Amino acid sequence: MRKILTAGLAAAVLVSAGGCTVERHWGGNTNSGGAGGKAKVGLVTKTDTNPYFVELRAAASAAAQANGADFSALAGQFDGDNDGQVRAIENLIQQGATTILITPSSSTGVLDAIDRARKAGVLVIALDTATEPAEAVDATFATDNFAAGQQQGAYVKAALGSTPPKLFMVDGTAGSTVDTQRHTGFLSGIGLADGAPEIKGSTPANGDQSTAQQGVENLLQRTTDINAVYTMNEPMGRGTYAALKARGLTGQIVMGSIDGGCEGVQNVRDGQYAATVMQFPKKMAEQGVLAAVEYAKSGTKPSGFNNTGSVVITNKPMPGVESQNTDWGLQNCWGEK
Amino acid sequence: MTSATATAESDRPTIGEFFLRAPAVGPALALVVAVLVFSFSTDTFLNLDNMSLVVQQSLVIGTLALGQTLIILTAGIDLANAASMVLATLIMAKLLTGGVDGIFALLLGIAATVVVSAVVGSLVTKVKLPPFIVTLGMLTMLTAAGRLFAGGEAIPVADGLINWLGTRRYLFGGIEITYGMTLALIMYLVMWYALTRTAWGKHVYAVGNAPEAARLSGIKVNRTVLSVYIVAGVIFGIAAWQALGRVPNADPNAYQLGNLDSITAVVLGGTSLFGGRGSVIGTMMGALIVAVLRSGLTQLGVDALYQDVATGALVIAAVAVDRFARRQR
Repeated sequence: MRKILTAGLAAAVLVSAGGCTVERHWGGNTNSGGAGGKAKVGLVTKTDTNPYFVELRAAASAAAQANGADFSALAGQFDGDNDGQVRAIENLIQQGATTILITPSSSTGVLDAIDRARKAGVLVIALDTATEPAEAVDATFATDNFAAGQQQGAYVKAALGSTPPKLFMVDGTAGSTVDTQRHTGFLSGIGLADGAPEIKGSTPANGDQSTAQQGVENLLQRTTDINAVYTMNEPMGRGTYAALKARGLTGQIVMGSIDGGCEGVQNVRDGQYAATVMQFPKKMAEQGVLAAVEYAKSGTKPSGFNNTGSVVITNKPMPGVESQNTDWGLQNCWGEK
Repeated sequence: MTSATATAESDRPTIGEFFLRAPAVGPALALVVAVLVFSFSTDTFLNLDNMSLVVQQSLVIGTLALGQTLIILTAGIDLANAASMVLATLIMAKLLTGGVDGIFALLLGIAATVVVSAVVGSLVTKVKLPPFIVTLGMLTMLTAAGRLFAGGEAIPVADGLINWLGTRRYLFGGIEITYGMTLALIMYLVMWYALTRTAWGKHVYAVGNAPEAARLSGIKVNRTVLSVYIVAGVIFGIAAWQALGRVPNADPNAYQLGNLDSITAVVLGGTSLFGGRGSVIGTMMGALIVAVLRSGLTQLGVDALYQDVATGALVIAAVAVDRFARRQR
């Protein structure tokens, strides 16, 4: 047994010695706590496989390299893995991180660990998703999700013109902060209240394409008399499109989404949906790393909510709604082109 | 003389018999090797702070695994333990939000996991359904129930008693401990005693090893198995308390892999999935091995996915050892 277990451990060690990690490992000879002004930046994302977080990680890693900072990336195992994120924060404190950048899985789930990190003198910045309360971290670099939803709503409203909306809403994970902000933002933009009779149906799809497709297929069993669809992100937009296409309804519907992934922009270009609202994970990561470098150098901490912006991408611009076309979108999108 | 020599020879155990008699030895060795490897290969692994963290990080899964060990000893399995625990955290959080006292919230949360486990135990013993299927169904139901109950939202928990297990204290030499660590240690010792020194414990092993033989020798098989599920239910309720001590936030999406993680700890701890053989001390080692691997490999900068590969390989190795040991007998 010892032999077998030792062999297993040896294999694990070999894997590590082989440098299979995608991220740069901490330098072994630097002092902890930012002595010498060198930033040690730890990034904790919700998962490490979602393309959005992959982009965030790649951008943060590149920015760290460009600015001479050490960098390490950790993640939860699944969306909602608070314990995994707490573990990541603890390990980063243990390794002497000077700054932790985190996209919290739940806006309240990791506050205790964040508090411990800050008490240990670590600068903590929320990326992409704000904490509740926002003051639990030193600063937040994120999309204003309410504004992004509002932009989508305003676009759909303008595209419908004088036709009253008959709307399906494809939501994310029920109760999550981002979901709520985009949902209420969209309703504000299109000028409807929650529960309005113009909303012909809604389905939560947890950000997942196949769940969205199934949800919309079910909604379409109830009614096909719709002319607008809100989708909370692009994978769900694709699922929704598949369900609408199977019913031959795509021609009569104005559909919007949010994300700005390259695949999503391409979907807009291909006419799967009318518009998407682009967010800028690269900017969030870069600004976070720059703040970390500044903190290590001078001790200056950033503060408050820093909106990294959102832009409507469409090839059918509407008067009164600022937008960019898909050429611009493909140049500025995130993820695999 | 001759017979004495023969006895001495037959008393000397083969490797397989040695590990059958002391199943926690292998995991303990593996744990020591892992700690040594990481102590030499990183600057940050071997210090008191980190050792304490490793234990804290293994607590919730370690507690779930304690209950899981009891069930696996009866040749059962519980796929719903983490979902049951998450539901209990949500019940505690909701009750606290409604102004209920911490102690009642805690007891009702534990009561919920006991009810769930009692239902599972009844279906397994009375209706003779396979534990895998019963708990698979229960997993689906409990996950949905948790999300419905919480309305999809995570609920922050701020209550002295419920958060108490996460409280940190410093002992001599700056050793950081939490009350959760102390409670887990006590639970493991109590279960070790119950399994090795009481008639109930011997019945549990007997039922898992050969239920028919156990029945013929007068053991009430159904009652023993049901009692195991109920004791495990209490332990899963305490795991919910541990979870809220560590992360003071009840989240319906949390611990989605907790059931599998607890099985991993049990298997790495040398308990046989076929029942009747294993120990809770081994399980404790198993939970610690996982935490040590995660912590050490993280500090070496190994990608989380490779950590999963390493852990998975160890699980397969541990089961292979179990088969090997059985064949040697």
